[in-house]
Amino acid sequence: MSDGEPLVRWQWIGDHAGELADYTGVHLRLGLLPVLFGLIISVPLGILCHRRRWLYPPVLTAANIMYSIPSLALFMIFVKYTGLTERTVMIPLTLYTLSVLVPNVVDGLASVPEPVRQAATAVGFGPIRRVVQVELPIAVPVVIAGVRVAAVSSISLVAVGQLIGQGGLGYYITRGLQLDFPTPIVTAIVLIMLLALTTDALLVLAQRLLTPWSRSKVTAS
Amino acid sequence: MNDLLNQLGLVGDWLTSPKQWRGAEGIPQRLLEHLTYSGLSLLFAALIGLAFGLLVGHTGRGAFAVAAVANLARAIPTFGLVVLVVTLAGLSTTPVLVALVALAVPPILINTFEGVRGVDRATRDAARGVGMTEWQVLARVEVPMALPLILLGLRIAAIQVVATATIAAYPGLGGLGRFIVDGLSRNDYELVVGGSTVVVVLALLVQVAFTALRRVVVSPGLRVSVSRP
Repeated sequence: MSDGEPLVRWQWIGDHAGELADYTGVHLRLGLLPVLFGLIISVPLGILCHRRRWLYPPVLTAANIMYSIPSLALFMIFVKYTGLTERTVMIPLTLYTLSVLVPNVVDGLASVPEPVRQAATAVGFGPIRRVVQVELPIAVPVVIAGVRVAAVSSISLVAVGQLIGQGGLGYYITRGLQLDFPTPIVTAIVLIMLLALTTDALLVLAQRLLTPWSRSKVTAS
Repeated sequence: MNDLLNQLGLVGDWLTSPKQWRGAEGIPQRLLEHLTYSGLSLLFAALIGLAFGLLVGHTGRGAFAVAAVANLARAIPTFGLVVLVVTLAGLSTTPVLVALVALAVPPILINTFEGVRGVDRATRDAARGVGMTEWQVLARVEVPMALPLILLGLRIAAIQVVATATIAAYPGLGGLGRFIVDGLSRNDYELVVGGSTVVVVLALLVQVAFTALRRVVVSPGLRVSVSRP
């Protein structure tokens, strides 16, 4: 960096506001769609693992192994099949969410008190209706705790996708390095953190709205 | 399927070629750089994370601050942090260490804190009752009981650090990411996949090492109580 260059040139941010907003949108899509896909996979998979306990250890091990594969390496492996597209970034990020989401779905279902389960059966709930209307709602706090971790790390990992040209706000990180100009890098980092923390706060809010009973329980204890 | 076999063949050729195993561009040298970045940052992160985690867990003061700091640190994009520090301070090992320490502290801090705080109050009081000092309560009761969670935190941190140290290659530093980044810029797919394979194997070895460590250091009494609640 040249001497006298400030950490942030506010002028630059003003000049690029529109472009920054576009990339922020892309970044959100790349970071959050994988969490949604991960949830779509994890909920049925978690229910299955909860019902058939022998299935859980191998599924969890597979998810943990996938999580330990570096994102950069996983992107590269998928480039061969899906090219330099958004899919190549979103598939690995989806796989990463499973190591957090599947255990949280299983733990959430395990947190349902046995009397509640029996009561639901006694008043005539079938197995499917019982899972959807009784067990999953009770599991919501634990599941959302997993979604929060998955969403925050997914949003910050998107930037690495820039190495295959699909990194959302990560674009400004590589751009700043090429130009030896810190402003775009600082701006990207701050925006990514804001996206992650805002998403986190919204998820906490969503949990409160979805499970009004858990709040009264907390104050009671 | 055929394609997968081709890929495996490609990786096999690359890995077994003698030129990969010699000199400053070879796998051993890159592996050493990678392990240096990872080991040093894990060490610093463990010192910070364990110190604050034990302190806050033992005293119970500052729990909210720990949660807030860990949450904030988790949101930092590591890739951005590496590049920013390189831009500000120039090319050296420091930027990688700064970014990797920031990445590794939250899981160690949170899990250590949760582990110590989760120790049964009655157990803690009993330890004080038999005349242990606060230090002894921490070292002989709380730490051994919190060990499964402390190790979990260290394992998560180690895996993330080993995986993320690949990014150091992007602004021009060493480590195993070199193969991937160079392969990308030269359009040399063999190099990319070969380098990725080495990183994956290293990450899996770390996973296995921590599982083994857990078997050795966690008290057998604790393991039994976990399986029989």
